[in-house]
Amino acid sequence: MKSPLVFGLHAHQPRWLKVLLAGIPFALLLIIYQAASDKRLADNPQDKLLPSFSQMADAVDRMAFQEDRRTGEYILWVDTASSLKRIAIGVLLATFVALLIGLNMGMFSGMSSLFASFITFISMIPPLAILPILFISFGVGELGKVMLIFLGTVPILTRDVYMAVKKIPREQIVKALTLGASEFAVVYKVILPQIMPRLLSAVRLSLGAAWLFLIASEAIASTDGLGYRIFLVRRYMSMDVIIPYVLWITLIGFLIDYLLLQLIKYKYRWYKAD
Amino acid sequence: MTNNKLNTGTVEPKKLEIKDLYKSYGGRVILDNIDLSVASGELCTVVGPSGCGKSTLLRMILGQEPADAGEVKLDGQAVSHPDTQRGIVYQKYSLFPNRTVLDNVLLGKVFTREQWWNPFSRKKEHTEEAMSYLERVRLTDAAHKYPHELSGGMQQRAAIAQALIMKPPILLMDEPFGALDPDTRDDLQLFLLELWEQEKLTIFFVTHDLVEACYLGSRLLVLSQYYTDDRGHEEHVNRGGRIVADHKLSTVTSSTEVKESAEFQALIHSVRNEGFNPDQLQHVSDFNLSHPDAYQTLLKTEHKR
Repeated sequence: MKSPLVFGLHAHQPRWLKVLLAGIPFALLLIIYQAASDKRLADNPQDKLLPSFSQMADAVDRMAFQEDRRTGEYILWVDTASSLKRIAIGVLLATFVALLIGLNMGMFSGMSSLFASFITFISMIPPLAILPILFISFGVGELGKVMLIFLGTVPILTRDVYMAVKKIPREQIVKALTLGASEFAVVYKVILPQIMPRLLSAVRLSLGAAWLFLIASEAIASTDGLGYRIFLVRRYMSMDVIIPYVLWITLIGFLIDYLLLQLIKYKYRWYKAD
Repeated sequence: MTNNKLNTGTVEPKKLEIKDLYKSYGGRVILDNIDLSVASGELCTVVGPSGCGKSTLLRMILGQEPADAGEVKLDGQAVSHPDTQRGIVYQKYSLFPNRTVLDNVLLGKVFTREQWWNPFSRKKEHTEEAMSYLERVRLTDAAHKYPHELSGGMQQRAAIAQALIMKPPILLMDEPFGALDPDTRDDLQLFLLELWEQEKLTIFFVTHDLVEACYLGSRLLVLSQYYTDDRGHEEHVNRGGRIVADHKLSTVTSSTEVKESAEFQALIHSVRNEGFNPDQLQHVSDFNLSHPDAYQTLLKTEHKR
């Protein structure tokens, strides 16, 4: 019996072929871009829409490795630091609050009666729609941006924690009680450690939304940050800066996601074992 | 309390006493006038067809659900929500998946003798005690493994150690060997009998496996909804599970070979007729309640003399 390599229900790829196949879409994208860029630059060397790779490399060198003439800063790193700070504070705050509320809602029916409808209501509000309200009430400084990320991610995280708690078999709670656990101990010693990996997985998923809210708030009102820079240089059609910035954001997002995954695998060996 | 003692003349209340217990869900009667008294040191097995309410009965002893009527008493005290007065071993989910076997066994000590939130309050003698329990269930080598790394039989032995370290007055077991393969199940049955003898445990063991119930029990209760009484046969008469047989058995701890004997087969046959046959209904006044502790309070409507 022979299995086909690529096509069909019974296809099976050896490792080398998997890597090769995964590379094809990326290679295609690069080739098409290169061809299109060459063509446009041949027609008009001043064209800014599809800069060549060397133009982009120059831009990266300028932004990342040379002091800015006006401020004396290395712009890319300053932008990265401020953006990461905002997203970290916003997401950490949301994670902590979601954990507390979701855990208590999942364990205590009184808490879920109190909060469940409210959380559902909050989660239906499009966060970007209340951006003006946030900027008016918390100012256009750091707080407004952090609040947008916080409010944008907290409802989903809360509901995920809540569902994770609900999925834990009732037997585990009864068992803990027969071992002499107090109600506090059941919640924070028995259930909390069991949902930590689920929480981290939920954080991984919510980071995409967090980046969206970060870039949006930086685009509207900011003096630094990755999103701010992209929208600033847009005025000069500086695609040679925008494209590397987008790639950089993608890389950071990928790295954080990967690190979180490794953390889950390393710290919660028992997770997904069932 | 005092009056009761004077009247009955008993010095000590029975370990477990259940009187006129009723429970129904959404109009369907599950437990129908359960009367039961279990002495200390008994290995009481409960068997019955599916839907007879044996798991419900266990949950009510555990205090997980309130009774509609009647009482459940443990050492003379009415039971409340789950606590250290009862140990429990389930078929699944007894162990905490995020803790090693040792930590699972240690947990009861951490909750009751240490400050659970303070890692600096851990005591060496508790770890030693937990290890000694692991030795008793022959799991010393697996102490630092996670539950998912153990076989089903090992998991259940760990769960037994986890419950026993609390020295519960009564150990409840809800089909603990139900998910094991036949050989492992035989092993664990022998193991449980040995442990029961050594530690003088009081065990309340629920199972749907007739052979297991007959083999393990020093006392066998048959809970069944297949019986009849004088309440009539109209639509609204809705009979729930009740103890239809109560046998005193002798236990053999040396091997499981007794299961092959003719005597044992005859017992199984009679129990099957007592509780598992919907076409052959015994009348409530004819139940075989031969165990010395057995008793039954019948309502006038159930048995018209």
